[in-house]
Amino acid sequence: MSSHEVWPTPLPEPPLWEEEQMWEEGPPREPGARPRVGPPAPGQIPLSMRIRRYRPEIDREPWWQEATVNMEPSDRLLDALHQVKWYLDGSLALRRSCAHGVCGSDAMVINGRNALACKVLVRDVAPKVTIEPIRGLRVLKDLVVDMEPFFAGYRRVLPFLINDEEPPERERRQSPEERERYDDTTKCILCAACTTSCPIFWGDDEYIGPAAIVNAHRFIFDSRDHGAAERLDILADKTGVFRCRTVFNCTEACPRGIKVTMAIQEVKRAIMFDRM
Amino acid sequence: METLQHDIVIVGGGAAGLRAAIAAAQASDALSIALVSKVYPMRSHTVSAEGGAGAALGPDDSPDLHAFDTIRGSDYLADQDAVEAFVAEAPGEIVQLERWGCPWSREPDGRIAVRAFGGMSVNRTAFAADKTGFHLLHTLFQTSLQFDRITRYDEFFVTKLLVEDGRCAGLAAIDLRDSEVRCIAAKAVILCTGGLGRIFAFTTNGSICTGDGMALAYRAGVPLKDMEFVQYHPTGLPGTGILMTEASRGEGGYLINNQGRRFLEGYIPGKMELGPRDILSRAIMQEIEKGHAFQGPYGEYVHLDIRHLGERTIDEKLPFVRELAEKFVGIDPVHEPIPVRPVVHYMMGGVDTDAMGKTRLEGLYAAGETACVSMNGANRLGSNSLTECLVFGARVGLQAARDALEAAVPAANPLAQLAEEEEQRLLSSYLDKRGGGERIAPIRTDLQRTMERGAGVYRTEESLKEAVEEVRGLAERFRDVAMDDRDRAFNTELVSALELGNMLDVAETVVVSALERRESRGSHTRRDHAERDDEHYLKHGLAFARPEGPRMEYADVSITRWPPAERKY
Repeated sequence: MSSHEVWPTPLPEPPLWEEEQMWEEGPPREPGARPRVGPPAPGQIPLSMRIRRYRPEIDREPWWQEATVNMEPSDRLLDALHQVKWYLDGSLALRRSCAHGVCGSDAMVINGRNALACKVLVRDVAPKVTIEPIRGLRVLKDLVVDMEPFFAGYRRVLPFLINDEEPPERERRQSPEERERYDDTTKCILCAACTTSCPIFWGDDEYIGPAAIVNAHRFIFDSRDHGAAERLDILADKTGVFRCRTVFNCTEACPRGIKVTMAIQEVKRAIMFDRM
Repeated sequence: METLQHDIVIVGGGAAGLRAAIAAAQASDALSIALVSKVYPMRSHTVSAEGGAGAALGPDDSPDLHAFDTIRGSDYLADQDAVEAFVAEAPGEIVQLERWGCPWSREPDGRIAVRAFGGMSVNRTAFAADKTGFHLLHTLFQTSLQFDRITRYDEFFVTKLLVEDGRCAGLAAIDLRDSEVRCIAAKAVILCTGGLGRIFAFTTNGSICTGDGMALAYRAGVPLKDMEFVQYHPTGLPGTGILMTEASRGEGGYLINNQGRRFLEGYIPGKMELGPRDILSRAIMQEIEKGHAFQGPYGEYVHLDIRHLGERTIDEKLPFVRELAEKFVGIDPVHEPIPVRPVVHYMMGGVDTDAMGKTRLEGLYAAGETACVSMNGANRLGSNSLTECLVFGARVGLQAARDALEAAVPAANPLAQLAEEEEQRLLSSYLDKRGGGERIAPIRTDLQRTMERGAGVYRTEESLKEAVEEVRGLAERFRDVAMDDRDRAFNTELVSALELGNMLDVAETVVVSALERRESRGSHTRRDHAERDDEHYLKHGLAFARPEGPRMEYADVSITRWPPAERKY
């Protein structure tokens, strides 16, 4: 299974899993779901997975784990990863929470592209899929990376509403058109798919990255906010927006369909007009 | 072991936890606040709430009307003093979120827009498209970043409340980065850990909703209240359980059976699709029993039809519904009806608290879905839960701040010792454990099936007795659990094992509480006791932990201005 020289599991006794052993029936979400092992049931398809593993206490370097599971075509890739974790190798580490593309936990490199494992369906990748941790952030274990540098960039752009005026007794008014102006960049789920697809970010860990700029944009263009000048100053710095070379990887990677590169360009323009 | 000292420690970084943290931070700049969460706060399950947050904002509305709707929706089991506090403070919380930058959807004149929701007699659900929970959570998270006195412990899993001298004085938590157990001492501990939907097979709840806070409180001697009341949402996608928001009916969507009929006219003609969730879920189950449902690879379903709303309204008001239906069932709701079926969604019960979020254990508080105040009684109305997190999150944060300013600093020594004992338990039971013949996943799957079969929409004495026995049998099997992963770095298998332990404990309180309530009320429907029985059961059930299984006690419901009446729509 592994090309790696150090087999990582000190197997518990008695071994719970041997190769070729039939898997127990997978956990159906509800009655009627079918087994995941043996020959695929009608309608199921086999999915061969290559998962990049790294357990820092055991492995000297990363290695590939391979596994084949039978899945419904409409299952999520996250479901397939769960099959591996639940029934083959409990040591596989990944983050997940909502499982429908809104919490931002499970960004991974899937067949070479950044995506959420819960928004990639089995039928979109079968029969083979390669899964790796997102790039440019230190791998803590398997598919789990250190998100702290990513969140540090987010915090730098002052990602909160700045407005020191005495508020009215009721809500501040905002027209639907004003609300629409910053709608696209409110959609960021902080999954880091954009930032970790950016070649500038890979090469330069000072670069604040697309996600931070998207979140700055969300407030800069909110009619209620008064912090634009401060944020534009931060983003005009050498670690800010002008590092962007408009590669568009971020826009392609965004699982929420945010026009990331356009948002970055709008921020660049705001800085230029502001300065000139 | 080093002891980390804070004045207040909050467990859980969803809407209730973040709102509590902000309230406490605003109460005094002298307070040090810790926010401990097993996931980054923006991954919390609040993120999945779609439809909106209810509050009497409009000129045609009033807190009293909101209170009446809530109490009637609760089948008269809600504590009316808690409901009165809730409806009075709800509008202020919605406006407060606006001040913090929440991107609420707007009316043409710029006011916060409101929409219709089930069981609400006027339009009072404020929304941010159909990702209200997401926007609310991010707004709270962003606001919390402005307070240096809030220290976050992200990706820490709390395993035990530390009780010393009859008061909760801190907790033990595992740092997932290195599996070290940390002792966090505090004058006040607030549980905001959300629900327990994952004890069921088919649920809208994310993987993280495993009843952690309820299990922590229960083991510390605090009763769990009204645990039999589990809400089924009428409209989940078959297969995945992904929620199709009630807003799709609030905006005018229909439920249709395989006869092509809006079948709710046979069940709740006065409200139709805007009826409360318990009644609609039962109606769909009855249609399924009558053979009036469609057959699919994931069981039977009915149709949610929003085609007549038109593409423009769908894209403006329900964009996420369209995205989810297209992605996960391959259906564009602009052109085709969406398959839906009832799905476990929300826990009305939880940690017994008063209306300020205090439990009967000094120093311990709870708010949000974890808590049972009780403002939801036997059935929660849609869009009341986000607001509940705001109102009671703010209340509990303020109350804990007041109490912490007066309380003495807990002594570090006995606490560190308790935490060290907990560390030894975790090592011997899991990380250093050898052998064991049971995997985690099959036990969890069996639990989920047991709960669905024994304590689903319809329950009987027999189904519940079986479920009690099965849950106890699963707890036995869990003692023999084996671990593949002994890594100290990011051991997610250890987390799964601890979560399963929590799930088994809370599941037992659900089935025992349901067995002991021999009536039908709100979401709790007994085929063998079909009527509501106010004479015997206009009471809150309280489940206390004992080694041999929960001991039940009953407590009065607070009735202020709305005497119990037949629940008519």
